Amino acid sequence: MAIDLDTPRSEPQHVAPTPITITRDYSTPDRIFRRSVQISGGGVFLLLVAIGSFLAWYGWPAFETAGWGFFTHSGPVTPGSSSGFGVLASLTGTVEVAFVAMLVGAPIAICTALFLSEYAPLKTRPTMIAMIDLAAAIPSIIFGLWAFFELQPNVVGFSTWLSRHASFIPFFKVTSPPLNASIFIAGLVVGIMIVPIVASICREVFSLAPAGEREAALALGASRWQMIRTVVMPFARGGMIGAVMLGLGRALEETIAVSIILGGSYKVTTEILQHGGSTISQLIATNFGSGGELGLHDLLLCGFVLFLLTLVINLAASAIVNRSRSGAGVDL
Amino acid sequence: MTTQTAPEGILVTTTSASTQTPPAARPPVTERSADGGSGSGTGSYEPPTPPRPRRLPSPIRPSAFGAEDVFLLVASAFSALCLVWIVFYQLTSLSGGLGFLVAWYFTFLALVWLGTTQLIERQVATDRVVGVVVVSAALLVIGLVLFIVVWVAYKALPSIHWVALFTKDQKNFQVADPNALSQVGILHAIVGTVEQVLIAVAIGVPFAVATAIYLNEVKGFGSRTVRTVVTAMSGTPSVVAGIFIYSMLILTGVLHYSGFAASLALVVILLPSVTRVVEEVLRVVPSGLREASQALGAPEWRTVWSVVLPTARSGVVTAVLLGIARIVGETAPLLFTAFGSQVMNLNAFSHDQASLPLVIWSDVRQAQPVLIDLAFQAAFVLMTLVLILFVLARIFSRPRGRKSGKRRGGNRPAEDDFMARIFVPIPIEESTDR
Repeated sequence: MAIDLDTPRSEPQHVAPTPITITRDYSTPDRIFRRSVQISGGGVFLLLVAIGSFLAWYGWPAFETAGWGFFTHSGPVTPGSSSGFGVLASLTGTVEVAFVAMLVGAPIAICTALFLSEYAPLKTRPTMIAMIDLAAAIPSIIFGLWAFFELQPNVVGFSTWLSRHASFIPFFKVTSPPLNASIFIAGLVVGIMIVPIVASICREVFSLAPAGEREAALALGASRWQMIRTVVMPFARGGMIGAVMLGLGRALEETIAVSIILGGSYKVTTEILQHGGSTISQLIATNFGSGGELGLHDLLLCGFVLFLLTLVINLAASAIVNRSRSGAGVDL
Repeated sequence: MTTQTAPEGILVTTTSASTQTPPAARPPVTERSADGGSGSGTGSYEPPTPPRPRRLPSPIRPSAFGAEDVFLLVASAFSALCLVWIVFYQLTSLSGGLGFLVAWYFTFLALVWLGTTQLIERQVATDRVVGVVVVSAALLVIGLVLFIVVWVAYKALPSIHWVALFTKDQKNFQVADPNALSQVGILHAIVGTVEQVLIAVAIGVPFAVATAIYLNEVKGFGSRTVRTVVTAMSGTPSVVAGIFIYSMLILTGVLHYSGFAASLALVVILLPSVTRVVEEVLRVVPSGLREASQALGAPEWRTVWSVVLPTARSGVVTAVLLGIARIVGETAPLLFTAFGSQVMNLNAFSHDQASLPLVIWSDVRQAQPVLIDLAFQAAFVLMTLVLILFVLARIFSRPRGRKSGKRRGGNRPAEDDFMARIFVPIPIEESTDR
């Protein structure tokens, strides 16, 4: 709408000026570009939906056969018949492995992150960070090899020691020894494997702690640890929790290293030091194509359960990390 | 130094500092202060000698770390060693190097704390102990990484038969053959891995870059959702990626076990990680460049193609290299898709195919020493591959040339930050400038 300049301006007319709308006219190549990029973005979305739905679709027959027994039984729901399969033993095994892994890995990871962000000399810091990144790049099968041939023989003695002197803790009780191929050892190696993941996120959130507050604490006479405890930790608490949860997601899904260690069994056990135990991913990896009592649908249903579990944990964790990164909810 | 005299040690420093002030310097100080109090005016006024600067007692700095402190650490370590040795082997007759180490470490910490408490102060002791814990944890991790890398080489190299390793497959394996290692190799696995990874990269990287462009440049409807989805997918268990491709393509009869199916499973893993890193790299491209390009009349695709992507080239290359380093060692998805094979299969689109991780996985579970040796050699090749990719990625992630480095320096985040990210399921949200 053109502005009429000829109208005499005798009286102030209270007419709001019409806002000019700028429309952007995309050319055809641009439209093609935008469309194709949008399609690939949508493709990622569809991929995730497809993963969930295919696993659910093929897993459903197993759930139909076993019913809720799938979650409350271990091994065949009724022995000797084809009435379905229960995953309870693997589910508890997964949780136990992840628990041991977090117990071992999280403190080491947080300390490593503290070292990288607070203690390491500035000159060698990039190299050390690169080493931790390299740890993340080592394939899990190599961790598995190392754990099987190098870690396990050394840990068995420690397990024996624990079982003798700490058996008042129910988890450390041993009823049927050999102490190799145990959930404890699997948890140890997974714990080592999650260190770089947790450490790199923690390092990032630690380094976001504001310099002013750090210097204020030091100027007030705080030692380095007091500064970390009173400034860095409160600031990074959310990020640390999120990082540990991301590590947990990784610990739950770890397949190959655990499969090399664990033999697998259909028995719920809390005696983590002794031979036996299985995890969901180990169950899938070792029973696939073996044609045992586990049908294909059972395995796919297991996969679906694992998928949902890690999905929920990862989404929650990244929400927490993001919140912490943005500095929301932090009162110093 | 005994613990009795220790607290005095601190006092000694303060008193010695004050006694170092010469006595002659003292009277004028007091006189002048008396002067100031009573008011001047009386006769015999001596010009006061300027007070010497008093040396303050040196404050206790926890970070100050001298020979004494090193001695304390060494002494604690040694006495912890003795103590644990007595308890461990003499009193409880235990075994196992690891248990010994763990017990020694905690005793060592306790002794450091006790010693520092006695010699200096409690808060300093806490600070020191935390420092020791933090440093030792980091050194443990770094040492472990180095150890694993070296260990794989150490296990693989003694029995390695280079020519056979790179020219033969496992077809001719005979248990009874005393010279079996010269008859078997992993060429079939190397070929399989290379083909699968290349196909996965060819499919996955354009897909990932396009998604990253969508998330960062086009930003249309639903980009928030897609970002969340990418986050969720980067945490997808690798075993799930395998059985997903299996259930979608192999179970339905579209494909058979093949290297191509394996590539598709690898794409599921590669896609979210590369997308996230590329998106991060695109974000640090200065928006001024984009605006300049558009102000010159370039269409959007041209801006992205000729300005944004070239600016971010080194970052994109890093992302791709790290993505390859990640998928090259994936075993679980291949179990359900490539299935593994003992013989050479050049065609990735039909029949079972081997790959390095699969060869390790299947050979190490055999009770044949020769096959276990072969598995270690395959692991060595795989580790070398990962190391090369990792080093290349670091070289590419560095801004090249001094000039460009200076120019970009301000806009780039620490280059190291996205090095780890490809292995780390962490989302990339809108950067929040605090």
